[in-house]
Amino acid sequence: MLMTRKELDGRLGGAARAWLDESLAEAAHAADAAEDATTAFAARSWEMRFAAAGRHCGQDNADSVRTLLLIEARADAATLTRIYQQGSAAERRAVLLALPHLAPPPSAGLPLVEDALRTNDTRLVAAAVGPYAAEHLDPHAWRHALLKCLFTGVPVDAADGLERRVRGDAELARMLGDYAAERTAAGRPVPADLHRVLALTSPTEEI
Amino acid sequence: MRIFDPHIHMTSRTTDDYEAMYAAGVRALVEPSFWLGQPRTSVASFTDYFDALLGWEPFRASQYGIAHHCTIALNPKEANDPRCAAVLDELPRYLVKDNVVAVGEIGYDSMTPAEDTALAAQLQLAADHGLPALVHTPHRDKLAGLHRTVDVVRESALPPERVLLDHLNETTMKHAVDSGCWMGFSIYPDTKMDEDRMVAVLKEYGTEKILVNSAADWGKSDPLKTRSTGDAMLAAGFGEDEVDQVLWRNPVAFYGLSGRLQLDTPEPEPLHEGNSILRGGE
Repeated sequence: MLMTRKELDGRLGGAARAWLDESLAEAAHAADAAEDATTAFAARSWEMRFAAAGRHCGQDNADSVRTLLLIEARADAATLTRIYQQGSAAERRAVLLALPHLAPPPSAGLPLVEDALRTNDTRLVAAAVGPYAAEHLDPHAWRHALLKCLFTGVPVDAADGLERRVRGDAELARMLGDYAAERTAAGRPVPADLHRVLALTSPTEEI
Repeated sequence: MRIFDPHIHMTSRTTDDYEAMYAAGVRALVEPSFWLGQPRTSVASFTDYFDALLGWEPFRASQYGIAHHCTIALNPKEANDPRCAAVLDELPRYLVKDNVVAVGEIGYDSMTPAEDTALAAQLQLAADHGLPALVHTPHRDKLAGLHRTVDVVRESALPPERVLLDHLNETTMKHAVDSGCWMGFSIYPDTKMDEDRMVAVLKEYGTEKILVNSAADWGKSDPLKTRSTGDAMLAAGFGEDEVDQVLWRNPVAFYGLSGRLQLDTPEPEPLHEGNSILRGGE
């Protein structure tokens, strides 16, 4: 879903491409400059461009543009946290998508993932269950993240490392079974994804 | 009939309202930040509200195929509370966001010195951020309030053609026309304007630079008043093009001054169980 710089260049018009060039240069400059944690928001010009990415490059390209900016600026844990906490939903999504590329320590990155998983905004939930969550979320939180996908209609394919993490997970299998029973008791259909995940939990496939 | 409601407080409305608005033709709206009915006591309470206008509420709207933009400001009523006035310092980081298409609602409530300061400061912020301003006119002492508002706009760095004066009526219309500002009318069940009076204003003044909104919020109000005004215009002999100008092209032109309107609304995502607001556990 994220586009490379080259793919973006193919989609952007001349003005947007030039804007992206300048923005990435500013982000790279910020990465090279001595970091001052107390620098005011307004002083970081690349962060202003991060906020404005949608109107300059189009909403459909904004995730990719914003993620590239974060990577180019080598945003550290404190910067990612501030940008997430002060961000619109679209900006928060970009921070979540950048986590596996920037790999902040779990003590900084996980609270952002957990915040997104507490929302009911499917765009944030889908972005939260990427490779960073697959690597760092503990089993209980990861199971609830997967259940949340099923509850809110986020395709479980959004969940990175699905097969690896669910294989042999008897507790997840129990939760899925209970959820299916609850749906059935209510006369409601069971999400097709649930059966798929349930099948993946079964260790018999390996034997 | 395609409808852009340029002033509606969806935070206070239900998903039934979103559904009915879509069915009536509403495809885009602007939600101005305003007073919530219950006074706030801290800056953090404002920033949570602003974050919702840039997060959860556009998500709700998108579930119903409606493009949601917002305006951000310290409203005049709460500008009088010293515990809230520091919100002005937080505004610059919000005014750069993609979905913020104006500074607003600003204007006067009780016409106090604190409101003078907040209004002038926020008109300057609009000018600094390349944004137009949504300026409401006060409920009490309205005509005097309009004069004072127009005076402050004239003294500001923001040209009148980047200002929308809202909640106008028959007694304030003439002066609003003379100001060169855009003119907004709120159609309400009992107060403000109604459909027939709105049609009479449009017959007298034409359809240029005039916007019609429901201003629906937590009080007695109706999010479908834009549509019923369009219907009343047609019944009174206005053509479909004139209705489109008032209910779509004029708000698009005004908020388009921000350069940030994005109206290529995606189709609603497939709903889960037909229940689009996903609580989990339903």
